[in-house]
Amino acid sequence: MSGCSKRCKLGLVKFAQTIFKLITGTLSKDKIEDELEMTMVCHRPEGLEQLEAQTNFTKRELQVLYRGFKNECPSGVVNEDTFKQIYAQFFPHGDASMYAHYLFNAFDTTQTGSVKFEDFVTALSILLRGTVHEKLRWTFNLYDINKDGYINKEEMMDIVKAIYDMMGKYTYPVLKEDTPRQHVDVFFQKMDKNKDGIVTLDEFLESCQEDDNIMRSLQLFQNVM
Amino acid sequence: MAAGLATWLPFARAAAVGWLPLAQQPLPPAPGVKASRGDEVLVVNVSGRRFETWKNTLDRYPDTLLGSSEKEFFYDADSGEYFFDRDPDMFRHVLNFYRTGRLHCPRQECIQAFDEELAFYGLVPELVGDCCLEEYRDRKKENAERLAEDEEAEQTGDGPALPAGSSLRQRLWRAFENPHTSTAALVFYYVTGFFIAVSVIANVVETIPCRSSARRSSREQPCGERFPQAFFCMDTACVLIFTGEYLLRLFAAPSRCRFLRSVMSLIDVVAILPYYIGLLVPKNDDVSGAFVTLRVFRVFRIFKFSRHSQGLRILGYTLKSCASELGFLLFSLTMAIIIFATVMFYAEKGTNKTNFTSIPAAFWYTIVTMTTLGYGDMVPSTIAGKIFGSICSLSGVLVIALPVPVIVSNFSRIYHQNQRADKRRAQQKVRLARIRLAKSGTTNAFLQYKQNGGLEDSGSGEEQAVCVRNRSAFEQQHHHLLHCLEKTTCYEFTDELTFSEALGAVSLGGRTSRSTSVSSQPTGPGSLLSSCCPRRAKRRAIRLANSTASVSRGSMQELDMLAGLHRSPAPQSRSSLNAKPHDSLDLNCDSRDFVAAIISIPTPPANTPDESQPSSPGGGGRASSTLRNSSLGTPCLFPETVKISSL
Repeated sequence: MSGCSKRCKLGLVKFAQTIFKLITGTLSKDKIEDELEMTMVCHRPEGLEQLEAQTNFTKRELQVLYRGFKNECPSGVVNEDTFKQIYAQFFPHGDASMYAHYLFNAFDTTQTGSVKFEDFVTALSILLRGTVHEKLRWTFNLYDINKDGYINKEEMMDIVKAIYDMMGKYTYPVLKEDTPRQHVDVFFQKMDKNKDGIVTLDEFLESCQEDDNIMRSLQLFQNVM
Repeated sequence: MAAGLATWLPFARAAAVGWLPLAQQPLPPAPGVKASRGDEVLVVNVSGRRFETWKNTLDRYPDTLLGSSEKEFFYDADSGEYFFDRDPDMFRHVLNFYRTGRLHCPRQECIQAFDEELAFYGLVPELVGDCCLEEYRDRKKENAERLAEDEEAEQTGDGPALPAGSSLRQRLWRAFENPHTSTAALVFYYVTGFFIAVSVIANVVETIPCRSSARRSSREQPCGERFPQAFFCMDTACVLIFTGEYLLRLFAAPSRCRFLRSVMSLIDVVAILPYYIGLLVPKNDDVSGAFVTLRVFRVFRIFKFSRHSQGLRILGYTLKSCASELGFLLFSLTMAIIIFATVMFYAEKGTNKTNFTSIPAAFWYTIVTMTTLGYGDMVPSTIAGKIFGSICSLSGVLVIALPVPVIVSNFSRIYHQNQRADKRRAQQKVRLARIRLAKSGTTNAFLQYKQNGGLEDSGSGEEQAVCVRNRSAFEQQHHHLLHCLEKTTCYEFTDELTFSEALGAVSLGGRTSRSTSVSSQPTGPGSLLSSCCPRRAKRRAIRLANSTASVSRGSMQELDMLAGLHRSPAPQSRSSLNAKPHDSLDLNCDSRDFVAAIISIPTPPANTPDESQPSSPGGGGRASSTLRNSSLGTPCLFPETVKISSL
């Protein structure tokens, strides 16, 4: 009740102010406070040598990567919306926003809500130049949406649905309703060794290393640069 | 965002690792990566200003000049840079497009220059960024409008633009549309204007009360009823003239359907219809009431003046273009009227003997108050009524004042456009004259050169050498070209004087045995030459016979039509019909027909096969073919001769 009366009082004061302004004809002042908030947050990465030491890229490659990155994001950080936009442009047929969201969370290791150049380059280094073990760990991290160390069926379901969403509506053969579910079931059958409904990191690593297809495919993206 | 995509591609491909464990089928192998040389810096030299950029930057847009292999054509191996002989200021914008992905439009440059640069570098104008797109489009549209006006002015200019064979219909239509082309049209124009004025004045005077003669009571009669015969006669005369004009326009219109639908034609019809309806309708009392109403439409004759007055037309265009503003004004007024009328009605409801008997009755009060007329026939008496009445009048001023500036600015814009068009038309004449002068300069140079004997093979003599030497390299080649053309066809170039003389000779009726041009030019050894193209010559002769009539008519104006083709035709048979053949015939001219030469002026250019004349006409006043005296001191010229045998 008191809150309501307080609000009423505030409202009345504001109204009186407006009438006063109307009568005296004062123009509304520009909101300077808003402008101050708009100053850009700029981030600079660590030195080139440090990054070179931390990642598996050469100096040249880092230079090229950074130039592209800085051109696209002058402020030095990428936020989730940009991720989604980029992915949407790569996959215009379907809806890539969910996958981009999971991907962003995987890149943003410190969960700050923005991806800096170091995070970007670190992840790329793992994905492109890392060992099989590292790549698989990264993938496990991607699938583990809530980062609790386990993948359960719901998380897998979300990921698979996000991937199928990227395909869009017009596919051949026509996408059926329960295709994602079937896919997840197949996946779990393969990965879940002890059939307890969740996949741990070890189970994941083991199952993947057993599968020749996966091993072979992991070498595919080796030289992407 | 092509630039962006290229940057993020490695990232997207790397992120595909996340699909791997889920893949039910083996993934396809990656495309072979050719050894990337690593990024290098390119130097682009634009008119001396060096721009340096990464090769990758330019590769972002592979379907442009700089992004594709097309730039290799501009590569200068000595300096190792790409050289473009273009505007460096504009190039800055082009390069920034590659860097940022947004093409900006420079504000202080001419929009057409910018367009040309874009076209050169292979950029489509749609790439202009959103920030500059609107302004770019506006400026481009303005430019296009202005150019279209220019063209239109040229086409509808009062230059002699009629084709020689135009029909009566076309000439009539042209006379109607541009009255200042011929005196007859001008006279007609003023006569119709006069009659419109007479008709309108008669309509007005008809209703003035004339004092009737003392016989009647002091009842005054309008003049129309006092002198019915006179007014009827005047009305008939006007309507006859208007009807005639309308029918003539209908006949002459190039597209009758479109003419029927045009506004002016509708006005014409509305102006004359009441008269005819009045004739048909019998003098019946019940119907004559309606008939009298129809006479109101006679006042629309005043709109016929819009053909005569440009200002009226501008006003009409303005109103048409401000239709939305006028509509808004009307709508807001209606809203305000209804609101205030309701309020006033209820405010004044209590008073007895009030004028505000109903809401519609209050409409009148509201309108009169809002437009600040204030007749005073309806006045509120209660205090509430007075308060609301004052608010009503204040708001009326506001509501009416708001759309007016828009209408005014539209009017001013259209008015200035018209003024500009008039100014441009006046300047156009000067411009055209200047262009004509420049063109005649070129041809005159060639003719001068020929006259000074430059074409002689056996070049000797001081003056000739001097004249030859004073030509620039370009002129030399140009003259050589013209000379080749002369040799190819059997015609020669000549000047206006010779031609007009020949023309005068022709119009005398054909038998141009001896022409005055003989005396004007130094005669050489035997002027008649055999024809080198006999068959063609004969054909021309026959055609000539048919067109003798047109020849004799030959006005300079029709000759102007054939501007652009500057032919030197066969010379006339000056000396006699039995002249000796000229010996030096270089071309393969076998036959030795001696025929009199005639000019084929009126024959349309299509008849003559050898048409490919260079466009160096001596201005608009030239005709398609000119007479040429055979002997201009150059024995190796072979004008063609045509026999007028069939004549």
